[in-house]
Amino acid sequence: MTRKMDNTTRYERLRERYMNGDLERRSFLGLLGAAGLAYGVQTPFAKFAHAANVSEVRFDGWGGVVSEALRENAFEPFEKETGIEVVDGTFGGGDEYLSRVKASQPGEYNIAHLSGVFDYARYHNLGLTTTLNEDNIPNLQYVIPKLVDVFRNVTDGKLSCVPYDYGTTGLAYNRKHVSDEEMKEKGARILIDENLEGKIGGWGDWRTRIWYAALQTGQDPNNATDMEAIWDAIRTHRDLALKYWGSGAELMSLLAEEEIYVTEGWSGRIYALQEQGHDIGYMDPPNGYGWQECMFVIKGSPMEACEELLNFMLEPQTAIAVAEGQNYPPALDPNKVDLGDKIPKLPAFDPTGKLDGLTFADPAYWNGNEGEWSKKFGRIQKGY
Amino acid sequence: MSVEAREARQPWILLSPALTAVTLLLFIPLIFIVIYSFWLRTATGAEQVGFYLDNWREVLSDRFYRDILLNTLKIAAITTVVCALMGYPAAYFIARARGNKAILLLLLMLPFWISYIIRTMSWINILGVSGAFNSAMIWIGLIDEPIQMLYNETTVILGLVHFLLPFMILNVFVSVDGIDTNLEDAANSLGATRWQAFVQVTLPLSLPGLAAGGLLCFVLGAGTYITPLILGGPTDAMFANLVFEAIITQLNWPLGSALSLMLLAVLGGLVLIYNHYLGMSQLAKGLG
Repeated sequence: MTRKMDNTTRYERLRERYMNGDLERRSFLGLLGAAGLAYGVQTPFAKFAHAANVSEVRFDGWGGVVSEALRENAFEPFEKETGIEVVDGTFGGGDEYLSRVKASQPGEYNIAHLSGVFDYARYHNLGLTTTLNEDNIPNLQYVIPKLVDVFRNVTDGKLSCVPYDYGTTGLAYNRKHVSDEEMKEKGARILIDENLEGKIGGWGDWRTRIWYAALQTGQDPNNATDMEAIWDAIRTHRDLALKYWGSGAELMSLLAEEEIYVTEGWSGRIYALQEQGHDIGYMDPPNGYGWQECMFVIKGSPMEACEELLNFMLEPQTAIAVAEGQNYPPALDPNKVDLGDKIPKLPAFDPTGKLDGLTFADPAYWNGNEGEWSKKFGRIQKGY
Repeated sequence: MSVEAREARQPWILLSPALTAVTLLLFIPLIFIVIYSFWLRTATGAEQVGFYLDNWREVLSDRFYRDILLNTLKIAAITTVVCALMGYPAAYFIARARGNKAILLLLLMLPFWISYIIRTMSWINILGVSGAFNSAMIWIGLIDEPIQMLYNETTVILGLVHFLLPFMILNVFVSVDGIDTNLEDAANSLGATRWQAFVQVTLPLSLPGLAAGGLLCFVLGAGTYITPLILGGPTDAMFANLVFEAIITQLNWPLGSALSLMLLAVLGGLVLIYNHYLGMSQLAKGLG
């Protein structure tokens, strides 16, 4: 019986010869060193040799029900159909993920489930965008045009991503302790209501905190004029809050365990809690935080394989199944595709396909202030 | 080559894998961090290469960083004292146990088989509003409403003690186990009570182990960022959280580098002081 001559076998044979005294120590160590050097030198360049025959694509997303829906409805069928493995990883937030990509080698990360046009613009500013060959993604025709156009505007008419879903960060509340009427009356100011001290939560994301502070102080979230009032509102929220949550799973746990009664939350995650039987209400206040997510292809990725996966994911049948699993409406245009029964009931769904009722973050405004505001929020968050 | 020359080379050959690993994985990255700390973050999140002292000026002069650093050292110090008070009796008991010490040590090591994050998160199920403690208290009838116990500085210290206690016990155990019990018997035969024999003989001889455990607990406690993230409230941040935020959230690697070097300098200084007075050999025994 022959044994495959892999590196482990080579090392074992070498070691056996050394232990038997057939090989001098100096030769043994020298050969080991040469093997290590050869491995270290060839690995960074191996991807170029392998590029012609792509066997896997790496995808990174938000984890939890979102990743489960993608794995079950998109990646597994794609793997069966194409033989290309989709390796999926997760991240807790866009900032964290961008740091990982920035520290990586080109090609290490391929497709990311990014949130917001501002994130897309940040990747573009860091030179991490690609140009998709849209001929390879015919299912792009089913996507709501408004969602595509905002990305094109950032990258000179070209695309480095395909829009995939949208949702809102609205107000979630425990109906046992906060009534629908009270929510309608107080809106975003419920998050700075002293009566709920110690039972308020909030995402520890600087954009969300500033957005909601703008609503609490009666300002336009995309054009605030009184930043001092916003910082004060953030301080008030901080002092009344039990905890800043850091992931969708933590948000769901805090609400389900009744550690907190009110917080802002992601529409799909709150819908998932409702489906589990928790009496959690959800409302989008006027000018509530709308966002659109995209599947972004990072520079250095195997383009054709990525485009094939994106096209597969945008197949109406697949996109609808994923949307139903993750509880966020798909980017598919309801005027072009029958979205079934469940999706029209999801929070944030727009039956017109125009999305006029949602307010999205202005990428130029938010990215222009990102450095200063994220730092300032970091200090306020810690009691300053 | 002479025998002497070969013998002189042998330690270096044996050490070479470790030295290579330390150089590649510690010193070279550290040099990169030092270089990064003199760069600047641009508006897009990219770095401006050059030699700028802005980050260091900010880190060294801003009260915000000093206050968080002092708070971090305070939390680490409290954690270390609690670990010492809880860990010494346990270590003494194991060292003086007549039964199978190996089983007791194995039990001590058991928590290491579970992820640190999971162990930390387990406190949410114990102390949470719907957790085991509140449920038991309500069931017994001692309270009507659940008590809010989580997400404050106390739970951060609790989580750190949970994480670090085995390190303290192991170090004290090594020290106490190495003390000849005849010394205590001799003290007793000379008229000392058991308590006097412990205070005047055993405790002083075990102090190096206590100090080594204390150093480990302090350094590991001061460098943590997971525990305050999971068990802390909105304002319960430690210095490592600032590093995390600068690098991950703000994409400000130069500032994050300066912050991490500052933490390294403070904790490294403590290790040097320890080494000056007690030497690192005790620490190596405890870790071994």
